[in-house]
Amino acid sequence: MSAREQEIFDQKIEEEIRIEPKDWMPDDYRKMLIRQMSQHAHSEIVGMLPEGNWITRAPSLRRKATLIAKVQDEAGHGLYLYSATETLGITREETIEQLHSGKAKYSSIFNYPTLTWADIGAIGWLVDGAAIMNQVPLCRASYGPYARAMIRICKEESFHQRQGFEILLVLSRGNEAQKAMCQDAINRWWWPSLMMFGPNDDASPNSQRSMQWKIKRFSNDELRQKFVDVCVEQVKTLEMSLPDPKIKWNEETGHYEFGEINWDEFYEVLKGNGPCNRERIEARKKAHAEGAWVREAAAAYASKNKYSSNTIPHGIQTA
Amino acid sequence: MESKPHNENWPLWEVFIRARQGLDHKHAGSLYAADARMAVENARDVYTRRNEGISIWVVESKYIHASNPSESDSFYDPATDKVYRHPSFYNLPDELKNI
Repeated sequence: MSAREQEIFDQKIEEEIRIEPKDWMPDDYRKMLIRQMSQHAHSEIVGMLPEGNWITRAPSLRRKATLIAKVQDEAGHGLYLYSATETLGITREETIEQLHSGKAKYSSIFNYPTLTWADIGAIGWLVDGAAIMNQVPLCRASYGPYARAMIRICKEESFHQRQGFEILLVLSRGNEAQKAMCQDAINRWWWPSLMMFGPNDDASPNSQRSMQWKIKRFSNDELRQKFVDVCVEQVKTLEMSLPDPKIKWNEETGHYEFGEINWDEFYEVLKGNGPCNRERIEARKKAHAEGAWVREAAAAYASKNKYSSNTIPHGIQTA
Repeated sequence: MESKPHNENWPLWEVFIRARQGLDHKHAGSLYAADARMAVENARDVYTRRNEGISIWVVESKYIHASNPSESDSFYDPATDKVYRHPSFYNLPDELKNI
């Protein structure tokens, strides 16, 4: 590395000029992005599993069509992010291998089970809500391909949250059993959703670096507070409650206070001891292995056509 | 069943999408696909799920050649000292209209 290159890089960060794939960048910046972006991609892909669980059991055709569309979006989001990650010099195979071997993490939230239909509503409202809170500032991340992927993702994510809230709203106006199901799902997803923002600021050493490099724009605690403030108001529309007796308006700060997060649980799930960690990775590996013959067949078909006289596949024109 | 890594077999494609009649095709992203047809169909599924496009181009990434950002200073140098290429370079009286 030359001092001159470092200087140009620092100046770009300072002046809000995006870093692009071929530009010089510090090794640690590249490593941090690969880690964060690939984990983000994995989260989108693993995130399809708890929801996929309910596609065949959605209570109506409308709900089923919506859920399929949402899960399809998550697959797309995974692809945008894998593609963006590859611009940093890591291959798709390496990133997927890191997921399967457990070297790379994904959002811990997806290691919780979806026990009832109301969970699909709670995931949309709380989990996607927390994700949006995290993702909107990432649209301004200093690395160009990441920021561009996030813009696309955020445009699509808003439907996810609204469809989730609608599911809960319908249940909350239903019979006693449906109301109880709604409240139970909120109770189970609330705390894990707060954990999605990551450790408290004083326990998150990477955060500061990330903010200096303008990958992150707000700290974990800032975003978490914003999320709590929004949800405390939104839950009133549902006529439900959040499972935290310590939630209280603070006149001075202009924010809602809330209780202490169970960080032991967070680190246990992170270590692989959550309710569904094993199941999720097994499902991913199985899908990858069972798709192998499709990938091979498609490659064989393409290679056969390459050597035939007509190289333009049926239904495709030259531009 | 053990598979070969799929991008050993499947090339990477760049995707360009025309949003509306009258606009240019614009780079949307990239994906792996076995052939052009699969690339176009997957591009449709990934990038036009909400009517974002009416025409898709795909080109294998290996056929795209790029300028080198580290040579930007010298590469674009010929353009920097030719202000006379811009209309504001020319001094004309204020009373002159429609020009």
